[in-house]
Amino acid sequence: MRDKPLLQFQGVNTYYGDLHVLKDVDYDIADGEIVSLLGGNASGKSTTMKTIMGVVRPVSGSVRFDGQRIDTFATAERVRRGIAPVLEARRLFPRMTVFENLEMGAYTRKRGAEFDADLDRVYQLFPRVKERRTQLAGTLSGGEQQMVAIGRALMARPRLICMDEPSMGLSPLFVEQVFEIVQQINRQGTTIFMVEQNANLALAIAHRAYVLQTGRVVLSGSAADLRRNPAIQEAYLGELQVT
Amino acid sequence: MTFGDLLLQQTINGLSLGAMYALLALGFTLVYGILELINFAHFNVFMVGSFVGLWTLQAMGLSGQSVILTGLPLLGVMLTALAVTMVVSGVLGVAIERLSLRPLRNVRGPAAMITTIGVSYVLFNIVLLTAGADSKNYPNPLPPLTWALGDAVLRLREVLIWIVAVALMLALHLFVQRSRLGKAMRATAQDPEAARMMGVEVDRVIVIAFFVGSALAGAGGLIFGLYYNFTSFIIGFTAGLRAFTAAVLGGIGNVPGAMLGGVIIGLIEAMGSQFIAAAWTDVIIFSILVLVLVFRPAGLLGRVAPNRS
Repeated sequence: MRDKPLLQFQGVNTYYGDLHVLKDVDYDIADGEIVSLLGGNASGKSTTMKTIMGVVRPVSGSVRFDGQRIDTFATAERVRRGIAPVLEARRLFPRMTVFENLEMGAYTRKRGAEFDADLDRVYQLFPRVKERRTQLAGTLSGGEQQMVAIGRALMARPRLICMDEPSMGLSPLFVEQVFEIVQQINRQGTTIFMVEQNANLALAIAHRAYVLQTGRVVLSGSAADLRRNPAIQEAYLGELQVT
Repeated sequence: MTFGDLLLQQTINGLSLGAMYALLALGFTLVYGILELINFAHFNVFMVGSFVGLWTLQAMGLSGQSVILTGLPLLGVMLTALAVTMVVSGVLGVAIERLSLRPLRNVRGPAAMITTIGVSYVLFNIVLLTAGADSKNYPNPLPPLTWALGDAVLRLREVLIWIVAVALMLALHLFVQRSRLGKAMRATAQDPEAARMMGVEVDRVIVIAFFVGSALAGAGGLIFGLYYNFTSFIIGFTAGLRAFTAAVLGGIGNVPGAMLGGVIIGLIEAMGSQFIAAAWTDVIIFSILVLVLVFRPAGLLGRVAPNRS
């Protein structure tokens, strides 16, 4: 069953200067899950991602990965232990080739058979990425960049991928494709923690979700329950169900 | 001399000066690319490098122009001087970063840049007070081999300067383009936060940028001594400012741009002193800089940044 915790936040508080962003936040992400994080602007979603990656450090509370406290670890150490990001707005290295971007994803790992196998896997998931591998990443379309961004995360051979707004700025067709790939990656054994504006889609593929409001977790539960929750329907699903 | 021969002679001179400016410009560009910091200490790392080269050559028993070497001894002496100068200069650059810039890493505003000016003057005065104010005669063990090209003269030292400069720049190019650390360096220059989240230890990348840039400046300092047959505590500012101009001219943060800018500045200096007047060199160089920046603010090879999203 899905009960072995992979990522845990316990009573996490973070600040930007005087601004209190995350307030006593608890998350429990089990191995093998897709968990969505919903919330409006400035609710602390991106801060959550940055706290997992170690770019923001909690002032109090603990962050555990695979049972071990990681909140004092440097970002590189977290990557080495199996956490990889898909950053908001892709954030590829625009003047490096697609292949070099994938290499950067595997930065903490040695080159060798495993690297080649992971590269094959990325090229199989995204034949388009293989076609574009010698092109500069900055010249790709938004959808293609998102594929490279996900491929780059996979190159770290992560146990947990943290995705920040993977659908942002993509055409609906691409969004569906991306979400299908996310499910496929998850079925192959990688846990996904995903911040997503598109609550409809996020709840369609997630097993569970958390709802953040001004830095606090105000709701959490299975995706199916949350979809039926009137408060969620009104706040996040309303306008999207029309389309 | 015919006009053609004069042109050829000044091209030879200009390419040698250009090689030196390019080596020096690369240090500005590597550090700027990653930290967006103009490192004025670099001026005098170059000067110190020139002295380290002098002391190394003297330690090997060379002084003035008295000793001429050929063959393997020459190669050995030159490679030793180059290696020692580059390593000591590189370590000096790293020490400057560690001691004076890292503590200011998260301080906004011009504090770090002003600090580099301070460090530059500290180096300047240390050399002035310990080595003295007089110009130092630079050993030059190269045999006085020359080739006549019409009325123009190509000396062995120019050929060697070109070989060393091209080899170093090729090595740098391969390092930045092919090696794991070089790629980490480019990634950090393009998006430091994203690079960090790939597992790049950004502090280490910064140390390497300072080491490599300062080592190249040291090589430039050695070349200065061999080319002009002297060195002095005062050489950093003029050469440094011209090399900085070269980096801006080529597009600061851009490695091929620094090389191109260096060669252009060297050629302008040589041609200007032949066909206009040496005293006007800086007027010409900096006027061209102003013109380039007015019409191409990002420099000749400056990047047109592709949209991040």
